Amino acid sequence: MDQKTPMYACHERLGGRIVPFGGFLLPVQYPAGINAEHLAVRTRAGMFDVSHMGEALLEGPDALENLNRIMTNRFDSLKTGGCRYTIMLYENGGCVDDLIVYRRGEDRFLLILNASNTKKDVEWIRSHLEGDVRFEDISASVAQIALQGPESKALLSGLCGAEALPDKYYTFREDVDICGVKCLVSCTGYTGEQGYEIYMPAQQGPQVWETIERLGVQPCGLGARDTLRLEAGMPLYGHELSPERDPVSAGLSFAVKTDKPFIGRDALPQPQECRQVRVGLKALDKGVLREEMRIFKDGREIGETTSGTMIPGTRVSCAMAYIDREEANAGTEVEVEVRGRMIRSQIVSLPFYSRTRS
Amino acid sequence: MNTPKELKYSRTHEWLRVMENGHVLIGITDHAQDQLGDLVYINLPEEGDAVEKDAAFGDVESVKAVSDLNSPVTGTVCAVNTELQDEPEKMNRDPYGSWIIEVEDAEIPDDLMSAEEYEQFAAEDK
Repeated sequence: MDQKTPMYACHERLGGRIVPFGGFLLPVQYPAGINAEHLAVRTRAGMFDVSHMGEALLEGPDALENLNRIMTNRFDSLKTGGCRYTIMLYENGGCVDDLIVYRRGEDRFLLILNASNTKKDVEWIRSHLEGDVRFEDISASVAQIALQGPESKALLSGLCGAEALPDKYYTFREDVDICGVKCLVSCTGYTGEQGYEIYMPAQQGPQVWETIERLGVQPCGLGARDTLRLEAGMPLYGHELSPERDPVSAGLSFAVKTDKPFIGRDALPQPQECRQVRVGLKALDKGVLREEMRIFKDGREIGETTSGTMIPGTRVSCAMAYIDREEANAGTEVEVEVRGRMIRSQIVSLPFYSRTRS
Repeated sequence: MNTPKELKYSRTHEWLRVMENGHVLIGITDHAQDQLGDLVYINLPEEGDAVEKDAAFGDVESVKAVSDLNSPVTGTVCAVNTELQDEPEKMNRDPYGSWIIEVEDAEIPDDLMSAEEYEQFAAEDK
């Protein structure tokens, strides 16, 4: 049974086209359409209901030790008020999920999990906990709104004052007062644009949503969320990440600290040992690259796409793919089999889009 | 939803205009373009290709998905609107001004819908 997020009535009122996703009913787009929503985030601001994401608390004297052992990244140096991206692996080096860890205190952490993986993640973490820790899945009591785009800082400052907001990328502040609701606000996102992710008690979700909506911010659905993250070269579990793929091949070594022990470490390949690696593809011919399409070079199959779309605002289709390591060089021309037709494409380095930092 | 009275409609959301010379123009309806969302690509047949009633003659792609274009008639393609390859979004803006193919020697089936019938059909499709 698919769940409704606290903002479901807002999406209906706004004319959102509702689809099931990761166990939730969410808008894939609003009447403006995916192209307009994508471009709103790139040029002004857009807002997303991301209440489907899972949240869990890990607290106690041994919380830090558990994170360092269960996750690929290291958390000793993470300061209170900081966020850190990490991956969580099976013993064989395949991905359980990717997630963001927020440090709320010396031994208090908040974990943000992918919606469709929340139950699996919680069970996985719980079954590997050791020592003096408390672990609680609080997903059902938390709503989340992502406000993304170059105008997001000015817009949110207007609601809570600029001094209340986190300043640096991957930091957060708690008890930020937005229309009387105490929110956790982090400088994070899944669009490649400057922006915020705002967490609040579930029942106050609609109130915060409507307050931001009244500023004239474009509501955006899952469709634009996907085109934006793809253009920003960000991996999505179930596409670029899976139990069959390891984070080194996925190009996520920055979040894998092999100088400390963690579950799955000993199964990871060295970068020069990866059979395939993740790359970007840009179509040179007309047509749209999609996921799970076969890739050829000189008639030989060398890989498969994992995500693909036509990037809004361009006439160019882009994809992410895994390609045999020895062929994975930027500039190499390949062919992608799109429903029986070969589309010439070029391997490019990721991301496809990177904002000019101000 | 816009549904011109002078056109006929298929259950797979194509419109047909029967011209004086007996040729048929085929496009997608306003309801279809709305359901598909922003269109970004069209895969067209070539002049001289045979089309068969209820069989795919091409496809359109939105940002999110691929959908077949089905022919409501059997006949031969005598013209193709290649402008749509450069500007697929025209089917979103002006679905009835954006014919996709012109078919000659077409057998017009008797299961096509009038505008009134199609409006009701599309309303139930939502």
